[in-house]
Amino acid sequence: MVSINLRVNGNAVTADVEPRTLLVSFLRERLGLTGTHVGCDTSQCGACVVLVDGLSTKSCTLLAVQADGREVITIEGLARNGALHPVQQAFHEHHALQCGFCTPGMVLSVVDLLSRTARPNEHEIREWLEGNFCRCTGYHNIVKAVADAATRPGAGHVG
Amino acid sequence: MSANATGIGASVRRREDFRFLTGCGRYTDDINQPGQAYAWFLRSPLPHARITAIDVAAASAMPGVVAIFTGADLAADGVGTLPCGFAPDGGPIKEPPYPALAEDRVRFVGDRIAVVIADSVAAARDAAERIDVIFEELPLVTSTLAARADGAPQLHDDAPGNLCFAWTIGDPAAVEKAFATADAVVSLDLVNNRKSPNAIEPRACIGEYDRARDRYTLTTTTQNPHVIRLLLAAFVLKIPEHKLRVVSPDVGGGFGSKIPHYGEEVVVTWAAKRVGRPVKWTAERSESFLCDTHGRDHVSHAELALAADGKFLGLKAKTVANLGAYLSTFGPLIPTYLYATLLSGQYALPAIHCEVEGVFTNTCPVDAERGAGRPEATFLLERIVDVAARALGKSPAEIRRRNLIARNAFPYQTPVALQYDSGDYEKVLDQALLLADWTGFAARREEARRRGKLRGIGLSAYIEACGLAPSNVAGAIGARAGLFEAAEVRVHPTGSVTVFTGSHSHGQSHDTTFAQVVADRLGIPMDNVEIVHGDTDAVPFGMGTYGSRSLAVGGSAIVKAMDKIIAKGRKIAAHALEAGENDIEFTDGAFTVIGTDKSIPFAQIALSAYVPHNYPLDELEPGLDEQAFYDPRNFTFPFGCHVCEVEIDPASGAVAVVGYTAIDDVGTVINPMIVEGQIHGGVCHGIGQALFEQAVYDEETGQLVTGSFADYAFPRADALPSLRIGHNVTPCPHNPLGAKGCGEAGAIAAPAAVINAVVDALAEYGITHVDMPATAERVWRLIRNAEPALAAQ
Repeated sequence: MVSINLRVNGNAVTADVEPRTLLVSFLRERLGLTGTHVGCDTSQCGACVVLVDGLSTKSCTLLAVQADGREVITIEGLARNGALHPVQQAFHEHHALQCGFCTPGMVLSVVDLLSRTARPNEHEIREWLEGNFCRCTGYHNIVKAVADAATRPGAGHVG
Repeated sequence: MSANATGIGASVRRREDFRFLTGCGRYTDDINQPGQAYAWFLRSPLPHARITAIDVAAASAMPGVVAIFTGADLAADGVGTLPCGFAPDGGPIKEPPYPALAEDRVRFVGDRIAVVIADSVAAARDAAERIDVIFEELPLVTSTLAARADGAPQLHDDAPGNLCFAWTIGDPAAVEKAFATADAVVSLDLVNNRKSPNAIEPRACIGEYDRARDRYTLTTTTQNPHVIRLLLAAFVLKIPEHKLRVVSPDVGGGFGSKIPHYGEEVVVTWAAKRVGRPVKWTAERSESFLCDTHGRDHVSHAELALAADGKFLGLKAKTVANLGAYLSTFGPLIPTYLYATLLSGQYALPAIHCEVEGVFTNTCPVDAERGAGRPEATFLLERIVDVAARALGKSPAEIRRRNLIARNAFPYQTPVALQYDSGDYEKVLDQALLLADWTGFAARREEARRRGKLRGIGLSAYIEACGLAPSNVAGAIGARAGLFEAAEVRVHPTGSVTVFTGSHSHGQSHDTTFAQVVADRLGIPMDNVEIVHGDTDAVPFGMGTYGSRSLAVGGSAIVKAMDKIIAKGRKIAAHALEAGENDIEFTDGAFTVIGTDKSIPFAQIALSAYVPHNYPLDELEPGLDEQAFYDPRNFTFPFGCHVCEVEIDPASGAVAVVGYTAIDDVGTVINPMIVEGQIHGGVCHGIGQALFEQAVYDEETGQLVTGSFADYAFPRADALPSLRIGHNVTPCPHNPLGAKGCGEAGAIAAPAAVINAVVDALAEYGITHVDMPATAERVWRLIRNAEPALAAQ
């Protein structure tokens, strides 16, 4: 067992974990943050994306011990005081989700995109999202939602 | 269009979004039961082998192991094999047993051999590696045609030649006559590529057993919980249905792969009683690729007979359909009645004959995948129509227009069983040509040529049979179940409503669309309507969601139940208002004496029903809660016309979809935003099949080569285009909503539109057909092979 200290959605977390524990397993099984999903076992689908120190990260590809000392934001930590984050709000308004399974990873990935590129064009949006799979929407409305989110204040920030 | 902001026709934003956007969704793998153990399945690494011995001693001694079970344990306990729900009429069908855990033989890579139940997934997995299985390898066959060849390895002793069934539809004599009089005959050999459905949520299930009540609960990622309850209780565990509850909570996409009843569901449910603990299993994506039912996999030969003016005279098709190693729940339905009955398409095609052979191979079982049979039919028909157009020197639009069923010809009886109820095919063709700027294409092609790109344009005019299904028709053709839908509308004392539907949403947006229908009909705010689905203990009954049936059949059942509510409400109002029942009308959420201002709002009638102080108790029961079963009178027939434009880089063969236009007629639209979302998803599914996706087995080793997202070309955001969408509305004439269904349309139409565009782009090389997926390598090879021939000219 290894002891780790990190912040998850603004809260200090201290835990003993097996060294082989993946960050996604730690979030889902130890902290009960089941909004982070597992869609594959080869780090392709992006359903497990969280923000680690602000960077979108596939949490199935990171060990929990590697998150020691870091700031992790999951989908549960994005809406504040009952108000949806601008990216969440844009996804809602543009019907950018259907079954919802890819949505948490998709939304967090977009927050990172907008923190780097304030006004991405369609090509840039599609290129960025090639690591987030969606089978329901065909991405059409996701692309529209991202372009709209980019016009909203705070879309590239958490909190 | 309703004036009401949430009524029928309004793009209401989805009510289910909040939970999914904030991480509050509740999918099966998010659920944990106290004391649960974890299942890990040992799967066959070989495509075909006899199991001569299984030794679990060393594995059983591993830390954390609770129990290990094999097929022998299930058989000893009398557990049945997985049943098939459809046997096509017209001849014998081979139904070899499909045990939940293999007994003495494995028939595809991924076939379940044993289950390890342990305190953690890791412990179960570690122990599974210590199970010693001794195999005697057998010769294998994975390819569709090879399975029918003389001397092919045999999968099942009672299915000689690997033939499950040989089925035909249509009139062969009429077709031969048409061919004999034809001015031209064109033919085409084509493959419909095998697909992995790839819902992003992997399958998962949790079995529980309540010793106090002698009752099981199965929580599972299914599209149809009552169907699973029926199959698992009655046929597999052989227990009464009231002893089994099936729950399907939030489900992360289905696309057909979550219709069938799977062996994992059997094992976790049965084992929960054996080990006295809840048992949970969640698939890894590698397992999804190996074991979630695949789709398509047809090899076909088609011939179309034409008159000199381009009129279609007759169509004949021979198809070999790969069913995989065993029959999945609806395996034989897909390549028969969901396929060949659609071969008339939108056309007045006087004679059709289709022969289908269903064959067993050492591959994952094949079942429904978005569209299920109808994409295969549309691809065949719309491809050969394009071949005919080119052969006769006519434009794709012109030859289609010449053959469309006229708008005044409905109801229209096709030669392949279906009676189309309504349609206006020429109108959607015109709309599509206009929106896609068909006439401007020549200029775009020239512009592309200047950039060194080959540009092509393709049409696909499609029809689908949805709203599955009239039960008497389904029964006559081989279904072993009814295909009605059930609903309950429970009005609470203060006038809010809970609706229980047997339909299931795994992305289709029932929480919103169904609530709109209810709010609109009852004249109450949407916020006063709750939609419940996915729990056999809560919902009276149901057949689930597939075949674009949710609104047309499930929604109609809700309307029927609401009609009963309103009828009872009129009686209550007549009593309270001292008027005749026939003098009461229900509009805008109030019961009114016609021609007066005497009126009682819906909520007050509800209260009267539950506080029946002033109530016709001698005539009516208290309460306001009604159920309905709706059995459709016919299938519904959505149709449309799609236009695709591609550009091909001749140096690399890479195909890019640079324009895509879809005009669809899905009947009455409740929520345009949601319908468009369904069209988008379906089209991209179809583009995926046309350009990227294929489940590939190595023919020598029988291994699935495309067993991960690193190997299977899942359509990504950067490979897909934005879409132009338009609508036409011809309401379905035989259901109360006028709805037809929209979930599969795109997947049915798109493959032919894309490939017709690809072939158009490559026409100058003399290329007349490109099999799917039209990958860069495949296109590059076709161009390279064509160039010497071109040079020789």
